[in-house]
Amino acid sequence: MWQSVLAMFPRKGLYTVPPHPETWLRVTDAGLFCEPGGFFLDPSRAVDRAIVTHGHSDHARPGHAHVLATRETLAIMRARMGAERAGTAQQAAAYGEAVRVKDVTVTLRPAGHVLGSAQVVLEWHGARAVVSGDYKRRADATCAAFEPVVCDVFVTEATFALPVFTHPPAGEEMARLLRSVAMFPERTHVIGCYSLGKAQRLVALLREAGWDRPIHLHGAHMPLCALYEELGVPMGELRPATVADKASLAGAIVLAPPSAIADRWARRLAEPVVCMASGWMRVRQRAKQGGVELPLVISDHADWPELLATAADVQAPEIWITHGRDDALTHALAARGVRGRALHLIGRGEEEA
Amino acid sequence: MSVPAFSELLERLLFTPGRNAKIALLRGWFATQSDPDRGIGLAALAGELSLRTAKPALIRELIAERTDPVLFALSYDFVGDLAETIALLWPDDARANAPPPTLGEVVATLDAASRAEVPAIIARWLDALDSGARLALIKLVTGGLRVGASGRLARTALAEWSGQPVELIEESWHAIPPPYEPLFAWLEGHAPRPDPRDAPVFRPLLLAHPLEEADIANLNPADHAAEWKWDGIRVQVTAGPGGARLWSRGGEDISGSFPDILAAMDFHAVADGELLVLREGAVAPFSDLQQRLNRKAPGAKMLAQYPAHLRLYDLLFDGTEDLRALPFTARRARLESWFARTAPARMDLSELIAFDSFDQLALLRENARAASMEGLMIKRLDAPYIAGRTKGNWWKWKRGTQSVDAVLMYAQRGHGKRSSFYSDYTFGLWRGEELVPIGKAYSGYTDAELAFLDKWIRDHTTQRFGPVREVERGLVLEVEFDAAQFSNRHKSGVALRFPRIARLRRDKPADEADRLETLLAMIPAR
Repeated sequence: MWQSVLAMFPRKGLYTVPPHPETWLRVTDAGLFCEPGGFFLDPSRAVDRAIVTHGHSDHARPGHAHVLATRETLAIMRARMGAERAGTAQQAAAYGEAVRVKDVTVTLRPAGHVLGSAQVVLEWHGARAVVSGDYKRRADATCAAFEPVVCDVFVTEATFALPVFTHPPAGEEMARLLRSVAMFPERTHVIGCYSLGKAQRLVALLREAGWDRPIHLHGAHMPLCALYEELGVPMGELRPATVADKASLAGAIVLAPPSAIADRWARRLAEPVVCMASGWMRVRQRAKQGGVELPLVISDHADWPELLATAADVQAPEIWITHGRDDALTHALAARGVRGRALHLIGRGEEEA
Repeated sequence: MSVPAFSELLERLLFTPGRNAKIALLRGWFATQSDPDRGIGLAALAGELSLRTAKPALIRELIAERTDPVLFALSYDFVGDLAETIALLWPDDARANAPPPTLGEVVATLDAASRAEVPAIIARWLDALDSGARLALIKLVTGGLRVGASGRLARTALAEWSGQPVELIEESWHAIPPPYEPLFAWLEGHAPRPDPRDAPVFRPLLLAHPLEEADIANLNPADHAAEWKWDGIRVQVTAGPGGARLWSRGGEDISGSFPDILAAMDFHAVADGELLVLREGAVAPFSDLQQRLNRKAPGAKMLAQYPAHLRLYDLLFDGTEDLRALPFTARRARLESWFARTAPARMDLSELIAFDSFDQLALLRENARAASMEGLMIKRLDAPYIAGRTKGNWWKWKRGTQSVDAVLMYAQRGHGKRSSFYSDYTFGLWRGEELVPIGKAYSGYTDAELAFLDKWIRDHTTQRFGPVREVERGLVLEVEFDAAQFSNRHKSGVALRFPRIARLRRDKPADEADRLETLLAMIPAR
């Protein structure tokens, strides 16, 4: 069928009307595929050509023959999966640099999600689609801020696409954490957080809140924090949580993967106050299910107002939703005269929130 | 800023499992908040705040005016809790423009407002608060505050915060209404201790310890008295010029349910005893008493059908004279002479059982088969009346099947004709500061008890996990079982053989339920 569509639009022809992205961006088992460029966007399995928005494992998979991404994302991929699995050929593109892939012009723009995260702007014969990957609009000292790009189709995530998700200012959450540290000075505050993005953002937020003491890390968080530092994001003094003795961790803040905070690993800590930093903490039941004592609503994903504000900023008449809660967002977009379309991409939203 | 601060306290209390951490949070509240807000917050936590409340339907109407119905439905479906959904969905736009209300303002304003004014007042407050504080306010004004922090815990925190003994605080507590300003003034050293004077106040009870085989060898029969342990509820009666009260063992005022006993309290004393239903001199089964406990204001028929009776076993005050420092024998003598002098209706004295050896007592205990008898009480003759569970003063020696007092933790709906009832219960015992589940039971209760449990569970749900509800740690179940054994089925490492709910211990505070060690001691050595 695709051959026939392409036959209708000869490659070198001039279009009086730009071709609707529906005709040249399609959903496959491996994810979104850009037909005239011959590449996949964040494919869920190894492919010949991939453009990767950011380093989270549900977007960056190993084993592609050719990967285009930001320099930071490529570095993160190499650190996480090993240089040889992070793409046989790796092509770095700077934010704003136009790269020609066959007939398609590809430009990466900051997505504000994690270090190196990018929206992929695709232009073909005057039509423009933006594949945003995951994104947020809040300030984040560890990565470049989201830049809205006006387009015909905006491809969005919808992790927190319910109006109950309005993330509070991260500074308020940090203040709550530090009040708790002051109230329980003999206990260790251990914060469950994902190792790419959230951990480093928490370090930065703690520094912004005036916490200049060392921050202790679970071993799983060390390599990426070191990489961030290497890529120019200052982290302050970080120490392994694993070598310190229990007493020295009294009053300390420890960052660890969510799987470790309520497990045997946490026994090394002094009467830990189990904290979790995630957008899901906004809903009590989610927080309580995980045995969390201090839920911190800190997310690297757009909340409901950000999703709607972004839809307005990019002025796209049509918004495609890759994964998450598409029902509420589609409904709200319809009320604003925007057509929402659920793509139901497989394998998304698995790593972090 | 007291409503936002209160919401943070509530949130922390809800998520904090440890008792000590809860106490630390409460201490922080007392230390950082000012009057009357800290007292209002304390009253709200202790369930003693009387506030003109609004119906949940009112709040629902307010949110309906402000949200898209489809988005509301999707959100409610996701969140599961109406108050939380509304708190999260309430538009944030107006927030920066108005200062958040204080707790004192909330109480005073609602008190003075007409019914028609209430919706606009609540809307104005919700506009001024963030989502966490909105949730606290909605729970507060709809009367749905559930945080799992009991009045006792709050009083313990007051004691730790101020350095005053909890017994003194307990005694003052009931004499001072919220927001307890004279109490805080005393605890902060600005004023003398509020004198309860003649006000009827609860005096903390001397609590009994379960008697184990190993303990018996160390007890000298000549140093101890024995009494029957009747299957009723432990109460304290307080009467004098300031009024009369009947307190449950946790210090809850249950006077309203027992007007017949109250009418008989025409004396000036504080006494300790077992509340029973008695017909023609015979103690009725516990379920009869439960009929009375279920009624806040029993009718004439109920009073006639289930006549309440008090079996007295200790005298704490005779008039204004405090007898608690006297040894048991002296208090018993005073109790007997007081009783002979006063002869109150609907009361009698607990009989002392003569015995020479514990073997002899054991035989008596096994032969006493009346369902209304639980076993024996063993009391040290020279023990003063000391509040709390000091080992060696009083022992309870239950007979027959084994049982523990466990705390209800989770409930699940049953099958068939019970499919609409929460009839399967998971309960636990204390290990350190946490409750660990020891088993599940779905039998042993009467239909009336099931109806009560079902309602209680729905009213006290803190979380839902699919079909399972987690409830506030607030209801003690006496669980009977044939044997306890080691098992890895439960986190506690113990499993029960044929557990059933023997009865509900609504008189017993959850933090006085049995500890896991008690159950472990019942496991026969291998």
